[in-house]
Amino acid sequence: MSTATDPAVGFETELVERHGRLRVDRVHLPLRGDEDVVGLRKQVRERAVAIGLSLVDQTKLITAASELARNTLKYGGGGEAYLDKLADGLRQGVGIVFIDAGPGIPDVDMALRDGYTTGGGLGLGLGGSKRLVDEFDIDTRPGEGTAIAVVKWKR
Amino acid sequence: MERIPILRMGDLLLVTIQVDMHDRLAMTLQDDLTERIVRDNAKGVLIDISALDLVDSFIGRMISNTAAMARVLDARTVVVGMQPAVAITLVELGLTLHGVKTALNVEKGMALLGKNLN
Repeated sequence: MSTATDPAVGFETELVERHGRLRVDRVHLPLRGDEDVVGLRKQVRERAVAIGLSLVDQTKLITAASELARNTLKYGGGGEAYLDKLADGLRQGVGIVFIDAGPGIPDVDMALRDGYTTGGGLGLGLGGSKRLVDEFDIDTRPGEGTAIAVVKWKR
Repeated sequence: MERIPILRMGDLLLVTIQVDMHDRLAMTLQDDLTERIVRDNAKGVLIDISALDLVDSFIGRMISNTAAMARVLDARTVVVGMQPAVAITLVELGLTLHGVKTALNVEKGMALLGKNLN
């Protein structure tokens, strides 16, 4: 794993790129173990509260973040999370990008289906997370890794 | 090692989850509860999650598994105090907590367990 270089550079999904334009602040959170997921949840909560997301939207975003961070650990062998504060005109949002240098997801459509799992989980992580956020974008490359970007906007 | 305390009250076991659990802690709780059901000859398990602001698929699975194991060991499980925002998120995530009995608060949960035990 090349953690020394910024792995975000290697991925250029539309959403990651748009993130870059709307980003006003970024925090880098390494994902190496269980405790890092708890730390990420706390940081996401703080961001979500700071921009005034409703309690339900906070909970949805944190839950999605928790699922995706666990995927990064479990399937990607660890990786990086970037927690962004986004501003699009007057609209504010929280964006998170998850990047790993794992094996990639062979069939994304299949992986997004509920109940599909290769890791013995419930198979709700990817599809479920997508339902919990406003924007969801995934770029996965066999043998290179996976990047997933999500955004929750303040209503 | 960090552990979530399990209290015994008669033939009931009470657990109040008050920390944001990482995955290993959730697994430890599941194992501890299963062990205690047998050791304490418990007939009911009450899990209070009112302080939890998140139940994701992992914690949800831990709760479902605990309830299933308890059932096999002749004990009932009731989960109480789920926050509304957590309930909304759970359903949207697609998690149904299959086979888990729930109640709004500890009092109602105890009543539910009492009724089941009689």
